[in-house]
Amino acid sequence: MANNPTLEKTSCYHCGDDCITTDYVIDDKQFCCHGCKSVYQILSENKLCSYYNYNDHPGATRTRTDKRFDYLSEPTIVKELIGYTDDDITIVTFYIPHIHCSSCLWLLEQLNKINPAVHYCRVDFLKKQLNIRFNHNKLNLQGLVELLFDIGYEPLISLQDIIKKQNEPANDNLVKKIAVAGFCFGNVMLLSFPEYLGLSAYEQTFKHFFGWLNILFSLPVLMYSGRGYFVSAYQNLRNKVLNIDFPLALGIAVLFIRTAAEILTHTGAGFADTLCGLVFFLLVGKFVQKKTYHHLSFERDYRSFFPVAVHVIDEEKETPIPLSQLHTGHRMVIRHNEIVPADAILLKGEALIDFSFVTGEALPVSKTLGEIIYAGGRQAGEAIEMEVIKPVSQSYLTQLWNNEAFTRKQDNRMKTFNEKVSKYFTIVLLAIAFGALLFWLPADVKRGFAAFTAVLIVACPCALALSTPFTMSAALSVFDKNRFYLKNTAVVEQLAAIDAIVFDKTGTITTGDNGIVKVETKLSEIQKQLIYSACSNSNHPLSRMICRKIGDAKKLDTTGYLEVPGTGIVAKVDGHKVQIGNSKLVLNKTEQYTDTTKVHIAIDDVYLGYFGLAHHYRTGMEVIPQLGSTYQTYLLSGDQDHEKNELRRFFSEPYHMHFNNSPQDKLDFIQMLQRTGKKVMMIGDGLNDSGALKQSDLGIAITDNVNNFSPGSDAILDGCSFAKLPAFLRFSKDTVTIIHLSFLISLTYNIIGLCYAVTGNLSPLIAAILMPVSTVTIISFTSLATHFAAKKRKLS
Amino acid sequence: MNIIYFLIGCSVLLALIFLGAFFWAQNSGQNDDLYTPSIRILLDEETDADGEK
Repeated sequence: MANNPTLEKTSCYHCGDDCITTDYVIDDKQFCCHGCKSVYQILSENKLCSYYNYNDHPGATRTRTDKRFDYLSEPTIVKELIGYTDDDITIVTFYIPHIHCSSCLWLLEQLNKINPAVHYCRVDFLKKQLNIRFNHNKLNLQGLVELLFDIGYEPLISLQDIIKKQNEPANDNLVKKIAVAGFCFGNVMLLSFPEYLGLSAYEQTFKHFFGWLNILFSLPVLMYSGRGYFVSAYQNLRNKVLNIDFPLALGIAVLFIRTAAEILTHTGAGFADTLCGLVFFLLVGKFVQKKTYHHLSFERDYRSFFPVAVHVIDEEKETPIPLSQLHTGHRMVIRHNEIVPADAILLKGEALIDFSFVTGEALPVSKTLGEIIYAGGRQAGEAIEMEVIKPVSQSYLTQLWNNEAFTRKQDNRMKTFNEKVSKYFTIVLLAIAFGALLFWLPADVKRGFAAFTAVLIVACPCALALSTPFTMSAALSVFDKNRFYLKNTAVVEQLAAIDAIVFDKTGTITTGDNGIVKVETKLSEIQKQLIYSACSNSNHPLSRMICRKIGDAKKLDTTGYLEVPGTGIVAKVDGHKVQIGNSKLVLNKTEQYTDTTKVHIAIDDVYLGYFGLAHHYRTGMEVIPQLGSTYQTYLLSGDQDHEKNELRRFFSEPYHMHFNNSPQDKLDFIQMLQRTGKKVMMIGDGLNDSGALKQSDLGIAITDNVNNFSPGSDAILDGCSFAKLPAFLRFSKDTVTIIHLSFLISLTYNIIGLCYAVTGNLSPLIAAILMPVSTVTIISFTSLATHFAAKKRKLS
Repeated sequence: MNIIYFLIGCSVLLALIFLGAFFWAQNSGQNDDLYTPSIRILLDEETDADGEK
């Protein structure tokens, strides 16, 4: 402890927030609120205080202490959530956003010390999931969630069950297929070596033995590991598409047939090692391409954020009902920190709605009785009652999801280079193969078929199939390092093809971070104390910000206190009249619009000045005019146009800025741009941008905390990397160039191989050398080139 | 030289055992979460007596 605790800001022992009051002290430990203190008490009662030894302030702040989990007693809801249940045991997996350090891990795996009904808990740290097995006769689901809530780990229970989706086993068994292919590849290589080195006459019996073993080892590679290529090629053929899987499947099949034929007829050694190596490398390429970000979800829509159930008042009684049963006319109760799930009219209470999920606007808006509150807002303050006027799926925000942009399949909205090329590649390949066959057929049937199969073997586009995955995965990790997370590798190519960029305003180019408070006033120490004392009574975010700005002042005695919603505070502190609020309250006149939100201060009716919360442009905004030279840049905003002049600095063309846009307008605007032949990239942050993000050729969600919230998109950009956007775009173009170059390299290898193949004299040894050599060249070229490109763009 | 038949048989059998072990590990979910155990191992095993500190 510091010697002089009054001078030092104390931070909460549990969560690390600044302690505004000194009311919550226990065991010499300071807490910022009752919630944090009660968590500490529970942990110390259960002798689990080691929680605080692993990390400083591991907890989440616990300003909210009321429990709202009675909906978890509804059997219909419970059934949706649990993974498995029998007579005694229930298994459930929760997503707990707060899991962030080893303390969390430790505590959550000690749950049965607090309640012995919990048999087993396991944390998956990256997915932030907790798997719990418990006895539901002793502890029901509601009790379990309350227990988690009590120790500061409230699970996020939402409509769209992300957990179940995420935990669906990857049904392609890629790792196992690689294991089998690798196993067979190793063994076949070993058995093929004697043949290459030459076997003497008396060792000929081994030759047949090795040959038979090779066929045996190729079988699982063909049937199990390589099966996916045949299935995909067949499906594509049925859809009349020639993709790269077709020549690959053809190559694999021909390799096996010729190997089997040569060995069975004792005419040669076959190409078993080439076959196994090919499948092995192809699968590794597939594996590399599949990068998963466990902590990110690209598929979120409103259902990920809306609650599972809502409380409605029915005959004077509050009952929880599942959201799906919420109908027009229901009277629902929304408490502090709960989300309004449907458009509704405010009937009772003071609504202070935080629309940051929807629009990105950080400051809450007050609403008066009778006003319509759109779904998606989060209530901050006391409980309010409202009447539902539209069902959940039909509300102003959520009807966006009925748009066709959300129903069509989203993957690969642009054809990748690979898809474009492989069609021609396949046609040329087949032409050469049949050409060779027809050329030799009249003279030598055997040689004709040898040439035909050899062409298909040697031209099997292994290197071509590998160039994209390896380049893209290298590029993806470069982006990843710079906090730009792409959904899949195809997004890199989409990024390179973009020619118009659309920005959302609120939350995207202005930040939600309003923490910076300008003080346009000179305050004496005593005045600061007065203001602090008045503000510390209020839960309004602006009051909290002022408290934080003033810091740890002495709290004076407050005798009178009145908070007028949407206006401000009038308080009697230590005999002085303190007025804090908007200009209507303090100056008695309505305020002219400026770009700052002002909180005016008057003490004893003497106006002292104001605290200003400036609209904050995101750092790195300078890059937008820079982008304007190569791309068409547009601005879409749901707000009024009073910042238009300010934004002129960034968007030179005034008609490229559009204000007052509804979510649907944004979507339509993107569609309009696309109709003029543009490839549009949309950068947005809130749920109101979801439609535009989905409709655009490439939707990027920008967020200041990647763990928090982002609407469904193709990529997630961390706000602090915004300035790197031009570099990202240039790098994506470099990446595409690298793919083109590596395609040329693999083509060169193919041509060399073809020179041998068309003559019908392809020896297994050359095939066995050519295939791995070309693969290694491609892999090393792509990774090195990507690395250099990243360096050039200052991204590594 | 006929010993080679036996030796190859042994080596393939051994390799198959390893492959089987890998399959078992994969099926029983041992490779599902490759990160959390690295933290878990750093946490001390709690003895009942030591509740203080």
